[in-house]
Amino acid sequence: MLRRVLSGDGLAQFIVFLSATAILALTALLVWELWSHSGPSRAKFGFDFLRTSTWDPVAGVFGALPYIYGTVVTSAVALLIAIPFGVGAAIFLAELAPPRLSDAMTFLIELLAAVPSVIFGLMGIFVLLPLLLKVIPGFKDAAGFLPIFSGPFYGPSLLSAGIVLSIMVAPFIISVSREVLLAVPKDLREAALALGATRWETTWDIVVPFARRGIMGSVFLALARALGETMAVTMVVGNTPKIAASLLAPGYSIAAVIANEFVEATTDLHISSLIELGLVLFGLTIVLNGAARLLILATSGRASR
Amino acid sequence: MRAAAFQTAGGLSFRRRAVNVFMLGLTGVFTVLAVSILFFVLGYLFVQGGFSLNWNFFTKLPVPVGETGGGMANALVGSAKVLLLATCIGVPIGFLAGIHLAEYSGAGYASVIRFVTDLLNGVPSIVIGIFAYALIVTRIGFSTLAGGVALGVMMIPIALRSTEEFLKSVPVSLREGAMALGATKSRTILTVVVPAAIRGLISGMMLNLARVAGETAPLLFTALGNQFWSQGWRQPTATLPAMIYEYAKSPYEDWHRQAWAAGFMLLALVLLVNVTARSIIAGGLSHKTR
Amino acid sequence: MNPVTPKMSPNVVSEAPNAAELEKTAPSGASAKLRSTKLNFYYSSFQALHEISLDVHANKVTAFIGPSGCGKSTFLRTMNRMNETIKGTRVEGEILLDNENILEMEVSHLRRRVGMVFQRPNPFPKSIFDNVAYGPRINGMASRSEMAERVEKSLRRAALWDEVKDKLHKSAFDLSGGQQQRLCIARALAVEPEVLLLDEPCSALDPIATAKIEELLFQIKDACTVVIVTHNMQQAARVADYTGFFLLGKLIEFDSTEVIFKTPKVKATEDYITGRFG
Repeated sequence: MLRRVLSGDGLAQFIVFLSATAILALTALLVWELWSHSGPSRAKFGFDFLRTSTWDPVAGVFGALPYIYGTVVTSAVALLIAIPFGVGAAIFLAELAPPRLSDAMTFLIELLAAVPSVIFGLMGIFVLLPLLLKVIPGFKDAAGFLPIFSGPFYGPSLLSAGIVLSIMVAPFIISVSREVLLAVPKDLREAALALGATRWETTWDIVVPFARRGIMGSVFLALARALGETMAVTMVVGNTPKIAASLLAPGYSIAAVIANEFVEATTDLHISSLIELGLVLFGLTIVLNGAARLLILATSGRASR
Repeated sequence: MRAAAFQTAGGLSFRRRAVNVFMLGLTGVFTVLAVSILFFVLGYLFVQGGFSLNWNFFTKLPVPVGETGGGMANALVGSAKVLLLATCIGVPIGFLAGIHLAEYSGAGYASVIRFVTDLLNGVPSIVIGIFAYALIVTRIGFSTLAGGVALGVMMIPIALRSTEEFLKSVPVSLREGAMALGATKSRTILTVVVPAAIRGLISGMMLNLARVAGETAPLLFTALGNQFWSQGWRQPTATLPAMIYEYAKSPYEDWHRQAWAAGFMLLALVLLVNVTARSIIAGGLSHKTR
Repeated sequence: MNPVTPKMSPNVVSEAPNAAELEKTAPSGASAKLRSTKLNFYYSSFQALHEISLDVHANKVTAFIGPSGCGKSTFLRTMNRMNETIKGTRVEGEILLDNENILEMEVSHLRRRVGMVFQRPNPFPKSIFDNVAYGPRINGMASRSEMAERVEKSLRRAALWDEVKDKLHKSAFDLSGGQQQRLCIARALAVEPEVLLLDEPCSALDPIATAKIEELLFQIKDACTVVIVTHNMQQAARVADYTGFFLLGKLIEFDSTEVIFKTPKVKATEDYITGRFG
């Protein structure tokens, strides 16, 4: 009787338990590999790795600041564009569109999130860059005095990468913000409308602030996505490890440099530095994703009270 | 300050009305813009590359620059191999672990697993590539195996989440019915619960596959690339997304044309799988409300 | 027997009958198929059943009645250990199936011998045939060639064969509620249980479906022992040979149905029967 239990049901339970534990082991292994393989460069450079900007594989000097700068700037540009558009679209989909239209449009927007990164890169090279090359000169006539729009523009640039990224992360902002807006209790809206507020005032002054945390969460999710984005960025950013004040200048990102240099890297120190960059990226995305989840949870908690 | 804006004398001020219409209209414009981007991308790819999806594309190897008639046959096969391996690694682990979470696990352990899996899910694909490099490439070299492992690891979190979600949606009464007939717990899960959830499980797997099918970054230094056919699992191989990348950044017209064709094919397949999978889920839901 | 001091009405005996006397009043040949002795049951710290002792007689229909929350369903579910699927439950005491303690048996083996039909029909999302064949399949009870015969036999016993014989491979969900419940009965009968437990099987059904099910209970009891929980007293009076009245987790009175409904020995039973409460 006991043997029957052990061989049949017990074995099945053990196998599924093993699978679940395997995931824990795998993740731990991943962190360990990142940590140990980045050991040489961490030991050699310490925190200067994040502060200096000379990246010279031949001389064996690795400072990651240009990549950190590029990653931050392109992501910031992406968010600056995607947040207004994304929250705006979410407002339309949650408050104004009839339910079926809203569902259909959301479905299509979520499909946009399924488009592979390399496709966006392709469109970026052959559609966006030529378009910007036509438009920017005129734009520079008006705004070229600003340092962020100074200098020559050849196409590949921090701005171009930021624009492509904004299209890629907007669906996340739209989808999550729409859900948190829909979760806001109806009586709140009705109370505002009953006081004579217009639809827009109700939405902007009452509903959106209530869902504030969830929307912030969606922004964090979008940011996490933008930071790790590789292909689309490397195809339009210019791949130049320089820190320039202008958005029109070419730049580089952490993910892009890993993708480009990993195969060619010959010295251990070079590889170790690239892996350390991966570790930095890993840490950043973990923190952001965690914060995003907490924020989104906080809003749904409020809504259900 | 806002309260003052609410007080009106016999009607809304023109300013408030104008702002209302303008802002609401703007949000509509933004939405239409967002939706149309998808159609624009799909359409543009079709126009640029749809007609280059010819016989050569599907059957010929890449030819040296300057010659015409080359194709991406090796990349198509390479992608298929890598994805097959990824599925064999990622789906079983995720599926079985999902069963554990849905049917056996205590609440504490379950939240730990879920938390760690979400962590894994948030890791950028290029970092997963580094992991596969450290694990496989340092030992075997650039290979289909390394690429498969990278994509397989990426498939685990989604496989786990969707398995757990769909198994949990099966009502308890079905489980009780089977157990009352003398079925053991594992028997019940295998013969009643999983079949009842099968629609969701399959479509979840399809979505999972579509997501990793388009991944390029981790393949760049695991599967690497190959001008020729790749033999077995331990050699580098060409894959569709990696080829698109190579060809797109090259200066050659013919390669650009092929990149468009490949891009269109990849996008069309990914979207097709997504739409099919979601409609299977939606169809299943309406069936259940009988 | 649960020793509750009876409040007497003039024409009843002066003491509550004990098990031995009950044996004498039972028809000859009847014996205890299931015997519960001082059964206590706990949901975590809450005690749901207090010292339940009774005998379920073979090839008879036994009914449990009582107001909502009195423990009758809980007791039913201890008889095939279904309560073990809930976390934090605890059983004290003994239940014997043919003199074997069920608490020490292998549980899937027990559940093959003691089957259950639930309150709401719960057919599997499979065909009608596969629903009925499921139990025998997993218990290895019939070869493929024998299966069709076994399925037909079970569906006949559940009075469903004529209605489904032409659509055995259609989905079980194509049936009406009453038909689905009879399908669940057929499914339970297919493993040839010695005891069949039914937990308010008709509460989700219309009167005609209910009548059909009550009808087939008469026929089933020849081959197996039936225990039914019902909130409908008239149903118990119609179908049961023996009835037990539960209240607040205690067994107040257990006797032949005729005695319980015509000449109950305990005042609480009489009050419940005559509708003074619950």
